[in-house]
Amino acid sequence: MKLSERARSTPPSGIRRFFELAEEMDDVISLGVGEPDFSAPWKARAAAIHSLERGRTSYTTNRGMLELREAIADHVPRYGLDYDPETEVLVTTGASEAVDLALRALVDPGDAVAVQSPAYISYGPGVRFSGGDPLPVTTRAENDFVMTYDDLERAGAADAEALMICYPNNPTGATASADELAEIAAFAREHDLTVLSDEIYAALTYEDDHTSIATLPGMRERTVVFNGFSKAYAMTGLRLGYALGPSEVVDAMNRIHQYTMLSAPTTAQYAALEALESCDDDVEEMRTQYDRRRRFVISRFRDVGLDCFEATGAFYAFPEAPYDDEEFAEDLLQEEGVAVVPGRVFGEEGYGHLRVSYATGMSDLKEAMNRIERFLDGR
Amino acid sequence: MADKLELLDILLEDARESTATISRQLGCDEADVEAMIEDLEGEGAILGYQAVVDWSRVERDHVEAEVELNLELDRETKYADVAGRIAKFDEVTALRLVSGDYDFDVTVEGDSMRDVSMFVSEQIAPIPEVTQTVTHFVMDTYKNRGLEFTDSDEDDRLSVSP
Repeated sequence: MKLSERARSTPPSGIRRFFELAEEMDDVISLGVGEPDFSAPWKARAAAIHSLERGRTSYTTNRGMLELREAIADHVPRYGLDYDPETEVLVTTGASEAVDLALRALVDPGDAVAVQSPAYISYGPGVRFSGGDPLPVTTRAENDFVMTYDDLERAGAADAEALMICYPNNPTGATASADELAEIAAFAREHDLTVLSDEIYAALTYEDDHTSIATLPGMRERTVVFNGFSKAYAMTGLRLGYALGPSEVVDAMNRIHQYTMLSAPTTAQYAALEALESCDDDVEEMRTQYDRRRRFVISRFRDVGLDCFEATGAFYAFPEAPYDDEEFAEDLLQEEGVAVVPGRVFGEEGYGHLRVSYATGMSDLKEAMNRIERFLDGR
Repeated sequence: MADKLELLDILLEDARESTATISRQLGCDEADVEAMIEDLEGEGAILGYQAVVDWSRVERDHVEAEVELNLELDRETKYADVAGRIAKFDEVTALRLVSGDYDFDVTVEGDSMRDVSMFVSEQIAPIPEVTQTVTHFVMDTYKNRGLEFTDSDEDDRLSVSP
């Protein structure tokens, strides 16, 4: 059977190899997991169960249940965002579907899409699936991995149609302040770029509140914001996300969505509705736990001699590897049974770094850090 | 104060957490953590550190009962006076004044149902202010001190994921 060029040219995820290695081993402590170690708040799970008990297993409207869209519209003003639930909110099967829909709605074959690097592994392939060409915009460790105007210029992003950013960031844990986002916004306005802003970790910031680029002057009309329930509410497996944007973009995204996914999972929509209405305390509790672990992990890395910038969001630390990141990650896994992900998987500037997830309980984190210390002592 | 509350939060979760680990989590010196713990102990805010035990997994007979007590007080006697007397017994592991149909909620622990029954009938019931006792033996414990008494949840996440 002949595979499409698109499928053939897509390499397997760099994470896959480490997953397979780790799966073969016993006694692995995994710091390679990009999802919460908590379960979804029980109230949200109970709402999902209740919806099943009542037989609510049909499709919802394509855009998602109106009461959920209204709850989303009521929720996002905490980030300064204001959207009409009727026309500017689209509920999707995970934020990943929202990203895919936006790319397909906005990108024509051959269009360049500037993509933050290092960043979540799916953006580049997502651009290609939409027919576009990803253009990496390298962010630098010396700028705490926050994109600058110069980074955009250097990457040639002026010629791109759109720009994909993600703050708080996976894999670096970087957040961007309003001032820092203003530089990106200025570039986008000057060069007429549409901004695709993945804010899935918005609820997980530790130093300052999250700022959305869409709240900056002149940005709402050129930005699509993605968020969802996977990270903040530990609902990764329920696959529920949403997009916020001007009605013409959301309309276009919905046109694709209605022919492909039709509607997001109904059970998950009921869980999400409950999560928005009554689970703020659960989110705060998880955020507090992550924050403690973050301080612990960063301070341990620094003590064992690995440079680690102050990651202030998501649940990742991004220390420098003492030698080649891929070799280091493999050696550490083989010798001490600690799984971390080499930074290069996430883009060029990730080389020499390690993505370390602290979405793991304190006792495992302590043991993992002890093993890393022992590993480094033995070198 | 905020740090003290956060420290208490960590100790409530794991009282055996080392000061070194706590200090890293709070982003302060170990000496500060030790000083805060000393303060909290000195102020009587932290009264002790205990394990939460699932006795069904230990080879020792252990019986627990929730005992409701009704009291009739005279002008000279207060709840606290009677409570002080009851609390002295080692068998009493918790004692609270509650609102509702009865006055004291007493947790009594012993090696056997007979031990607990004898204790209630011989030591508690005869107290002059106690007018009625209702003993509920604990049949099974599903959750205590915020911990669920079930097989711990396995981490079934993929070992490495995006």
